[in-house]
Amino acid sequence: MKRLLVSPSPHIHGDESTGSLMRDVIIALSPSLLVSIYFFGFSAIKLALVGALTCVAVEYLIQKYLMKTKVTIGDYSAALTGVLLALNLPPNAPWWIMFIGSVVAIGIAKMTFGGLGQNLFNPALVGRVFLLISFPVIMTDYTTIPDSWFRPGVDAVTGATPLAIVKEGLAKGMTLTEIYGQNDFSYLEMLYTKIGGSVGEVSALALLLGFAYLLYRKVIKPHIPLAIIGTVMVFSGILWLVNPEQYTDPVFSVLTGGVLLGSIFMATDYVTSPMSNKGMIIYGIGIGVITVLIRNFGAYPEGISFAILIMNSTVPLLNKYFKPVRFGKEVKHG
Amino acid sequence: MSRLSIITKGIIKENPTFVLLLGMCPTLGTTTSAINGMGMGLATTAVLFLSNMFISLLAGLIPAKVRIPAYIVIIASFVTLVQLVMQAYMSSLYETLGLFIPLIVVNCIVLGRAEAFASKNGVLDSGLDGIGMGLGFTCSLTLLGLVREILGSGSAFGYKFIDGDGILIFVLAPGAFIALGYLIVLFNKFRSKVLK
Amino acid sequence: MAKESSFKNMVLTLTIVCLVTSAFLAVAYSVTKDPIEAANKAKINNAIAGVLPEFDNNPSDDVFMVESEGKQIKVYPASKDGKTVGYAVESFTNKGFGGTIVLMVGFEADGKIFNTSVISHAETPGLGDKMQQSKSDFSLQFNGKNPADFNLSVKKDGGDVDAITASTITSRAFCDAVATAYKVFEKIKEDKK
Repeated sequence: MKRLLVSPSPHIHGDESTGSLMRDVIIALSPSLLVSIYFFGFSAIKLALVGALTCVAVEYLIQKYLMKTKVTIGDYSAALTGVLLALNLPPNAPWWIMFIGSVVAIGIAKMTFGGLGQNLFNPALVGRVFLLISFPVIMTDYTTIPDSWFRPGVDAVTGATPLAIVKEGLAKGMTLTEIYGQNDFSYLEMLYTKIGGSVGEVSALALLLGFAYLLYRKVIKPHIPLAIIGTVMVFSGILWLVNPEQYTDPVFSVLTGGVLLGSIFMATDYVTSPMSNKGMIIYGIGIGVITVLIRNFGAYPEGISFAILIMNSTVPLLNKYFKPVRFGKEVKHG
Repeated sequence: MSRLSIITKGIIKENPTFVLLLGMCPTLGTTTSAINGMGMGLATTAVLFLSNMFISLLAGLIPAKVRIPAYIVIIASFVTLVQLVMQAYMSSLYETLGLFIPLIVVNCIVLGRAEAFASKNGVLDSGLDGIGMGLGFTCSLTLLGLVREILGSGSAFGYKFIDGDGILIFVLAPGAFIALGYLIVLFNKFRSKVLK
Repeated sequence: MAKESSFKNMVLTLTIVCLVTSAFLAVAYSVTKDPIEAANKAKINNAIAGVLPEFDNNPSDDVFMVESEGKQIKVYPASKDGKTVGYAVESFTNKGFGGTIVLMVGFEADGKIFNTSVISHAETPGLGDKMQQSKSDFSLQFNGKNPADFNLSVKKDGGDVDAITASTITSRAFCDAVATAYKVFEKIKEDKK
């Protein structure tokens, strides 16, 4: 019967499959992974491996024994979720946290909704937020002990993230100038290494490299990341102009708190982001605004994971009102 | 319908929490531990039993158009009674459930059973229905509370079996939704097997 | 089944229902009034007994109010054989992560903190609620300290208090409430002189 199947046009299709797209994303993540391995040694590899293996195993078990459908672990999407979740954890997080996070990400956030393409929320971020709420002590402890094997002579780096330090300082009633005076935040250092942060946040440069690769391979469109980064810059810029002693400047705001990691790799997830360009821009602006609001006025120092999850829930609505132009439909000019 | 089945139907066949999905507010709000869930369930059972009996007794005397306000007044006074009694004799449980006790008034189970069952059935049957529904509600809340307590604080009915904390999210509101969702799935799977 | 509704019987029914239920509640109220008061008193007395050294009076009978920084604070004096052995101060702060935290802070006569206990709070389970003695040893570090030479703020802010991990806001609020209590205690001392 297969020969008689008729599918709607267009009948030409590219070589991409879910698998090849996911492979590209993993390639784009590799600079960040390499940098984090350099900084954190085996703990970074361990987290990524535990994440990828657990996610694949959970997806396999659920599809095979609970849903009794075709097993789709070959498309790399589960493995990618695991790696993304690993990049969002503190480098010294214990392996069992990674395990719980992966089970939640695939089991609760993905398979409960029906698997790839059906999930409303980004699985890796659901995993991260679940862990952040459940294990706040471990998830905000960014003390890292670099392996001497990779970087001889470096002692343990204690660290709250720069944003956490800033929030803490402001709560004490210090001004930003005083906080900067006590801590050494240089933009250059943030660009290639960071004082404290999750596995994937370490180097902004490596993340941007991955971004460039994704754009070059046309895996993602630039709309969402640019809209998020632009909005964070403009909004935090306005706050900064109003009171430079209370609000961090735009460049600092973008380089810290996982904005780059979130906007490039998490917010652009195909399943949980809008399809049309207009929708993507509105989605990105929403994420940017919520991120800045949570950071400056909320309880948490960093807000992008919450912002992306909140905007994930608006995606069906955005897709309804901003439909992509149908193939072959005449595009209006002027 | 036999008297016994009036009681038992509330536990599995028409379980108010997992099947009828009634009274979600106290279900999600109070089940941070098995004891709290059980306390809330029993308080609701007491109100259900008393209000069901009274309403079935008075149903013939109350004009149809004002029956809802009249039922609410009756239910509210029983809730206040339960609240006063708890405050006086179970003050530690009242401390933890305090906010949710007055909310039993607007718990849809109570008004729902008054309207759907008590106003059409005899006093004895209505009382039994109240007990059955209340027991179903109590069992579900205790179960949900137990699951959340085990996962969230690593203890069961107050007895700690692991050191330190559990998966905190289960003690908080989002965990209530997650746990309730999966319990509804499991319960209905179990229910369809039992009813077959 | 329900009766036909007419204006007269609707008004009559509702009036009767309301009258009967309120009468019924009035009875219930008067019956439970004393036990409720006793339960509340017992709770306060337990809290007082827990935070003060041995005493033989009934502090909740001698309660008086002290105003400090615009807050009305209840103070329960405790004495033994006619001599004051300490004060239990029911202090509170609005700076908690989840809003108001009410503490009972017991001072010995010389100003040393004897013990503290949390009366009510809305802090996050697993984090801020570690300020309760049943959950962690955080509040024990205050015992035996005299705020005159013990800086009541967390180490991060330059004080002497070890904060609860990942709950700096709660720890600060706790310190704030203890500090308020100490101010009240100093005020009482001043007035006594």
